Amino acid sequence: MSAKDEDMNGHSDSTAPAHRESDTPETSPAEPVADPGLHHEPDRLTDVDPRAERRAERQVAGMFSLASVLIVASIVAYVVFGISPDDPEQPVSVGDVQISNFALGITLGLALVLLGAGAVQWARSLMTSPEVVHERHHLRADDETRQETLDAFETGADETGFGRRKLVRNSLLGALALLPLPAIVMLRDLGPSNGESPGEVKKHTIWGEGVRVVTDVTYQPIRAADLELGQLVNAMPETFQELEEHGPERINSRAKSPVMVIRMAPDEFEIPAGRENWHVDGILAYSKICTHVGCPISLYERTTHHMLCPCHQSTFDLADTGKVIFGPATRSLPQLPLAVDAEGYLIAQSDFHEPVGPSYWERGG
Amino acid sequence: MSTIVNGAGKVVDFVDQRITASNWLKRNLRKVFPDHWSFLLGEIALFSFIIIVLSGVFLTFWFKPSMAHIVYEGGYAPMRGQGMSEAYASTLELSFEVRGGLLMRQVHHWGALIFLAAMSAHMLRVFFTGAFRKPREMNWLVGVTLLFLGVAAGFTGYSLPDDLLSGTGLRIIEGGMLAIPVVGTYLSSFLFGGEYPGDDIVSRLYPLHILVFPGLIIAMVTAHLMMLWYQKHTHWGGPGKSNENVVGAPFFPVYVAKAGGFQFIVFGVIVLLAATVQINPVWFWGPYDPAVVSAGTQPDWYVGFLDGALRVMPPLEFEIFGHPLTLSVLIPAIVLPGLILTPLALYPWLEQKATGDTREHHVLDRPRNQPVRTGIGVAFITFYVQLWIAGGNDFFATILNVPVNWITRFIQVGLFVLTGLAFWVTKRICLGLQRRDRDLVMHGRETGIIMVSPDGEFSEMHAPLEQGDAYSLTWHERQAPYEPGPATDANGIPNPNYRTERRRARLSRFYFGDVVQKPTADELEAAHHEGHHAVESGHEHDELTSGQQ
Amino acid sequence: MFSTPTGRSGRTRRRTLSTWRRHPLAAVFVLIAMLFTTGGAYAALAPKSEDLQAASSTKIQEGKELFAIGCASCHGLGGEGQVREDGTVIGPSLIGVGAAAVDFQVGTGRMPMAAPGAQAQRKPVAYTDAQIEALAAYVASLAPGPELPEEQYLDVSEGNVARGGQLFRTNCAQCHNTTGQGGALSMGKFAPSLTGVEPKHMYEAMVTGPQAMPVFSDETLTPEDKQDIISFLKSVEEEPNPGGLGIGRVGPVAEGLWAWLIGIGLLIGTATWVVTRSSKS
Repeated sequence: MSAKDEDMNGHSDSTAPAHRESDTPETSPAEPVADPGLHHEPDRLTDVDPRAERRAERQVAGMFSLASVLIVASIVAYVVFGISPDDPEQPVSVGDVQISNFALGITLGLALVLLGAGAVQWARSLMTSPEVVHERHHLRADDETRQETLDAFETGADETGFGRRKLVRNSLLGALALLPLPAIVMLRDLGPSNGESPGEVKKHTIWGEGVRVVTDVTYQPIRAADLELGQLVNAMPETFQELEEHGPERINSRAKSPVMVIRMAPDEFEIPAGRENWHVDGILAYSKICTHVGCPISLYERTTHHMLCPCHQSTFDLADTGKVIFGPATRSLPQLPLAVDAEGYLIAQSDFHEPVGPSYWERGG
Repeated sequence: MSTIVNGAGKVVDFVDQRITASNWLKRNLRKVFPDHWSFLLGEIALFSFIIIVLSGVFLTFWFKPSMAHIVYEGGYAPMRGQGMSEAYASTLELSFEVRGGLLMRQVHHWGALIFLAAMSAHMLRVFFTGAFRKPREMNWLVGVTLLFLGVAAGFTGYSLPDDLLSGTGLRIIEGGMLAIPVVGTYLSSFLFGGEYPGDDIVSRLYPLHILVFPGLIIAMVTAHLMMLWYQKHTHWGGPGKSNENVVGAPFFPVYVAKAGGFQFIVFGVIVLLAATVQINPVWFWGPYDPAVVSAGTQPDWYVGFLDGALRVMPPLEFEIFGHPLTLSVLIPAIVLPGLILTPLALYPWLEQKATGDTREHHVLDRPRNQPVRTGIGVAFITFYVQLWIAGGNDFFATILNVPVNWITRFIQVGLFVLTGLAFWVTKRICLGLQRRDRDLVMHGRETGIIMVSPDGEFSEMHAPLEQGDAYSLTWHERQAPYEPGPATDANGIPNPNYRTERRRARLSRFYFGDVVQKPTADELEAAHHEGHHAVESGHEHDELTSGQQ
Repeated sequence: MFSTPTGRSGRTRRRTLSTWRRHPLAAVFVLIAMLFTTGGAYAALAPKSEDLQAASSTKIQEGKELFAIGCASCHGLGGEGQVREDGTVIGPSLIGVGAAAVDFQVGTGRMPMAAPGAQAQRKPVAYTDAQIEALAAYVASLAPGPELPEEQYLDVSEGNVARGGQLFRTNCAQCHNTTGQGGALSMGKFAPSLTGVEPKHMYEAMVTGPQAMPVFSDETLTPEDKQDIISFLKSVEEEPNPGGLGIGRVGPVAEGLWAWLIGIGLLIGTATWVVTRSSKS
């Protein structure tokens, strides 16, 4: 920073409006109003009235003192309003947590506000600093310095022979260019290390021929005869229960295999060619995973047979092959072909005939 | 010498003997900082970031970034016996079994929402006042980067507790990644360590959230403040204030007291919010389960515009070489952020093209004196807010009792129509305000005193403005659109740069073609001297400063 | 993936579990209860004794009269429903909807419907309890349908809240929101808030599927599942908000509005004070 910045200057007359005009294009017409110079702020009450000054002082000190009190109070609140139950086996009382949170937060928050307000009020009413005018410096260095800098660069470049010693230079550049590669290569194992490609994995779920359809959470098999018209059952494949609780396999198949089972009157829905035997007496199963970006959906409207996704409002018509009737999704919901086993329970005929969930590159057209 | 100065003197002496601190301190202790409420928006962002870091450190002492499956047996009764991840269980522990843990969680989350809101408001202030112009373009870029980093830090944090909302948010991110042609599934598989959701993602987002993003933010904030310090703050124009000076309070003591005090006030307000208003009650949302979703699933507000874009995008999918190209996801999730960030980052240079102005600017523009820039800014806000509303369309449908489908349709149209309209209306309002300023300068203020001329004509008496007030309305520069000049010079030789210049002229005309110029000295002279007569055709204010005839 | 938090999964819980469910006779009891529910419709019609028959036929008669005055204009004199020539439904058929549907629709004030709209709204109840009972008896007499729920399943102090929460999130939260705040459906339809709804009406809604809601029959969502769900909802409803004001318990949109309007608003307000000097002399 240049030396002239150091001038402390409380006087307005030092600002020369002429500076500005030198910047404006020569063709511009004369400025209509001349700069009258800095307008001094009038004295504050605390500057002229000693009583007001003392009052302000008390005010500021009062805020700081009250802040101290509140800080101590917050420690008291921490100790007094405990949240752990007397018997460690007992659950926590949510009401106690509410009181603790409020007491701790209100004391600490008010203390902070008062501390801040006191400091600001001190500056506003008691600090006597005048308004200061500083000259700005041109940010561009002068030509001489710039030239010296360039020269320094050139000298350095000459001394290394960076331009002449092409072999040294190029081999260095080559090595530097290669250096990031190990960093990238070593991230390789972030992804799965063997097995199918990520596009392939998405193509199948744990559904398969003869897998029973069971209710979600309770895992009860579903008897076809038990389903009423207008019924919705959130269901999973029976084989899901057998997956190991720990590790990713269980949660991953949970992200792909949930279905919703609904029952409509046989005359209420369209049956496309090739899916004539995918339903059991009007009982149909569709994937729960939205084909837009994959939210699990089951906002089933019994009366219209519409299925709405709460994330982005894609709406599917389950009475018509699960096709999209509103919203951003581009693909119908995949349907799971159903059948009944000998005991009358719902089973899958096979896996889904297409990948569930959002579109992706390897999925095919 | 007081004891305080003595004490400080000893410290300065010690440091000075080692790193010549006096030199720097002498120059900077009385550095000038101009005062205006809008200059504190950036401070709100800075201070809320500080409290986020402090509360965040507290949270790390208990939070376990692990997706290992456990059965909850902790203190919150309605979850006992539920299967969940350790991350979610430790969030419950923080909320219900650590005194002050819930407070710190709420401070952290409210702080994050306010941090991003303050950054956005600060950026709008910088935009509308032209504070991004030379020499501050670099700092503008740093600011855009900070906004991006802030969103990244926020979103990774939102995803950590492994509750139903955070998992659903990640699933939408996965859906967005899958739409990327060729490499989508691979990107997703590398992020999640295999299939979605796997059991790696929380422990991978954790270092990003607590180390990488905050570290980068701190680095960028440092650069931001160093540049600000070196270049000195901008200030508003007015009497005694020019492009060559900076007027305000000295850094020590006034600015230190005010900024320091304001820091505690920001801390205090955030803590008070955390004490009284509940935020992200994850114990209600439940643990993440990829087969479950809740009505009213929304991201935090700063991601809301992206979610809104996903909601209003019409279904579009093409097939190329037997592969799907899902534009209805690709455009809002991948293309749109780029479409917003790139022009935002490059705006200072875009405007420089129009003005052809390479000088330094340290005095802020009044938004009305840049009608096109202001119009662009308001149009952007309109566009953004509509996407934000779209992101909560189900929420607003419930509140307003209108079908959610209507809100979607309305915004699909509004994104084009309302955005354009906002530009046009804002520009008109700016021009109107400019015209009013010009009238004020030329004819003075309306006094409310009605005069009757001998001819029986009624007119209102106008009092001339104080010089300071008049200067405040006229210090800004005249902006004439750039003229390209003739296509060929006097000798008939074609100007080689003519096409570029004509393009620049067109842009310049778009910016400055119809700004209302402040009066020239001559015009003002004429207005004052000719008194009550009409000076300018086409003005309603024909009656002038007095009625004496 | 997430284990079922009941004794049935083999694990024992210390608290919050209704102990009766682990009773050896529980399964038998449930079986009997289910038989009773499915057979309930027949029970209503099949005379058990002369007295009961007389009492119920009086009630049915009374209900029939009330129906003719208050309901028949839309649903038809025999409850067979009415459809305009263009196919729009004036009032759907009530044959087979059962007593539970009547108790829910009339008991929550949704029926009689005030004005045509996307969906019937909750409003003050137009009939007395006795009248509702009579209406229900009449409609139940038309054809078998879901019966009124049994008292024992409506006792929310007995349900397993944690298990209920899991069932609720899986089956209900997609429309009603995880805290039961409700949410928007397509074309102006909506899932109502469940706050303040009586356990009986919650149960009836699940078995009858009012308006656009699908049916969750007792076969796939057992009466005790329903009891757990209702217990969870009542627990959520009664649970205080430990963090302060609940701001609707709807999450990020409300939070964002607060951050901008209250947070930034308050701080900008303070900023305007910070930058001024104290009052002039």
